[in-house]
Amino acid sequence: MKKRLFLAAAAVVPALVAGDAAMAQDKTKAGFVYFGPVGDGGWTYEHDLGRKAVEAEFGDRVETIYQESVPEGADAERVITHMALSGADIIFTTSFGYMDATNAVAARFPEVKFEHATGYKREHPNVSTYAARFYEGRAIIGYIAGSMTRTNRIGYIAAFPIPEVIRGINASYLWARKANPDVEMTVIWVYTWFDPAKEADAAQALIDAGADVVMQHTDSTAPQAVAQKAGTVWTFGQTSDGAAFGPKLRLSSIIDDWAPYYIDRVRAVMDGTWESSATWDGIDQGMVKIGEITDEVPAEVKAGALALKEAIASGETHVFTGPVNRQDGSVWLAEGETADDATLLGMNFYVEGLTGTLPR
Amino acid sequence: MTVLAQLIAVTATMVAGGILFWFLGKNPFEVIRIIFWDPLFDENLSSYARPQLLVKAAPLILIALGLSLGFRAGIWNIGAEGQFIIGAIFGAGAGLAFYPAESAIIFPLMVFAGALGGFLWAMIPAILKTRFNTNEILVSLLLVYVAELILASMSLGLMRNPEGSGFPGSRNFRSYPSAHNAELIANTGIHWGVITTVFALAVACVLLQRHMLGYQIRLAGQAARAARFSGVNPAGLVIICLGISGSAAGLAGMFEVSGPSGQISIDFNAGYGFTAIIVAFLGRLNPIGIMFAGLLLALTYIGGELASLRLGLPSAAIQVFQGMFLFFMLATDVLVTFCLRWRSRMAI
Repeated sequence: MKKRLFLAAAAVVPALVAGDAAMAQDKTKAGFVYFGPVGDGGWTYEHDLGRKAVEAEFGDRVETIYQESVPEGADAERVITHMALSGADIIFTTSFGYMDATNAVAARFPEVKFEHATGYKREHPNVSTYAARFYEGRAIIGYIAGSMTRTNRIGYIAAFPIPEVIRGINASYLWARKANPDVEMTVIWVYTWFDPAKEADAAQALIDAGADVVMQHTDSTAPQAVAQKAGTVWTFGQTSDGAAFGPKLRLSSIIDDWAPYYIDRVRAVMDGTWESSATWDGIDQGMVKIGEITDEVPAEVKAGALALKEAIASGETHVFTGPVNRQDGSVWLAEGETADDATLLGMNFYVEGLTGTLPR
Repeated sequence: MTVLAQLIAVTATMVAGGILFWFLGKNPFEVIRIIFWDPLFDENLSSYARPQLLVKAAPLILIALGLSLGFRAGIWNIGAEGQFIIGAIFGAGAGLAFYPAESAIIFPLMVFAGALGGFLWAMIPAILKTRFNTNEILVSLLLVYVAELILASMSLGLMRNPEGSGFPGSRNFRSYPSAHNAELIANTGIHWGVITTVFALAVACVLLQRHMLGYQIRLAGQAARAARFSGVNPAGLVIICLGISGSAAGLAGMFEVSGPSGQISIDFNAGYGFTAIIVAFLGRLNPIGIMFAGLLLALTYIGGELASLRLGLPSAAIQVFQGMFLFFMLATDVLVTFCLRWRSRMAI
């Protein structure tokens, strides 16, 4: 019974899409659900830049609405529903934890398009997922970190032990070790995406443990502020340029650029060509960018980093290329073998050489 | 007198909030209409928002009812958030243990487990207080952070969905009918948690008005020494009050995780346990007052969301507005209960 209903709904969708196209003169409404405040200077800030780019691109033909600081869970479902009820044609939900809520609301509003960032569930024909290959950027800043550390110890502030974060740690570590075989990496799990106080504590603990380069996979700029105070510790901008926050000791940054994707998808809704898809773009497509490499970094390290960036963009180098063993010593990638996307998407192990255990 | 004071508080909040919204470049009347009117009466939204009001208010009211007993007796359980989490973990655990078996007994078992979880978590500060005279405010509060860590560990380890490609979070109860706390009547928002809350309201009213325990609680709060002379066992009262509030919070967590929230996830708790403290005081620790306070606070949440969505208000502005509301409510309360007297410096 349920299945039949679902098919009926699927049959209605093309008709509604055609209807949308006919009304293309009307404003298209795009909604954005944010996990943090738009002024977080990181993750949400970059998504909001993408929203503004959509407004700049389409001008009067588009209207955007957004809601910031939306908790994951029941609250997210309500916010997404409110957006759909307020007439949004396409809704971008920009945190992993919105996955089930996005799919649940999508079932009730088959004529609205849903785009979920960093998730994997597309239970309905009106749901797409999109994510960036951040690990490509992390390999490059890992390379810089490995080249720069004098204490041979890199600190890493990690949010949650999910595949995306583990991938970033592994990519950074492998390329830091390529630059400096003696390097060690200490990971601290803070179990939050955005909590300046916790992130600052973690940064301080890493610095106290002897790290002189601190990397992070959390959204605030608190670690930069702590490093600045310590005086001799380098950091990177995370998901955003961060130039305003740590001007002196910042080596470079990873920037997520969602604008082209958002513009594409909104245009597809306008044209009536929107289809469910799973996007995973990286440096090649410009979704992940490396910010300015500052003068703190010596010329030869900078050249090496840029060469690596070129090689990743052209496809000549895959970030995960064998030989690579798992932490327990078993072979993951044989000589010359590259990792497949399925393994990367579900990555739940450290590579050999990393110390500590993954939290369970 | 108190009704008048509340009207003054509401008016003052509207005026001060209106000025705030005006400074943010919005039409204050429109913002206030969206917060207080649209969720209830807007034809487009109300059919969805009204049921959501119950969904949001029910856990707040249920937890606040439990807390109000202890607060009346001067027993301060600040850690309802932790009991909420542990109740959710126990309840969800009881359900997930039977997956994928379908049976009518699974859900009642989960309800029991949820209450038990909250009860046990509240017993830690209770026993430490009665045995070693520790401060229950500190112990219960700090246990919230312990509970959060257990929650994270559960969603990453023991309760992680085996079919979830390694991502954290349990199975979703939506796809497990026997354990799902579903909407009982379509489009009303009424689930078992709402029904339990109504039941708890009735029990709390009777308990406080008619039952010996209610008398003892009130007496202990007003005059602890007198209470002891009249045969109230202070240690027993600590155990009972923390036990009841812990069980109520645990139940709320269990209903939330198996229904509206749907799964155990790392940050499943959305602050219900802390907000309920505000609800308890806004409602003057009175069951009926708590019911209205819970509904009103839920309205400001849902209406506030709508306002920030429709008008692009920063979410912080809504929080400030909620804060003002609480401030004016409690401030008028103080002015009603106490009399301000200006004394000359000489007299001091």
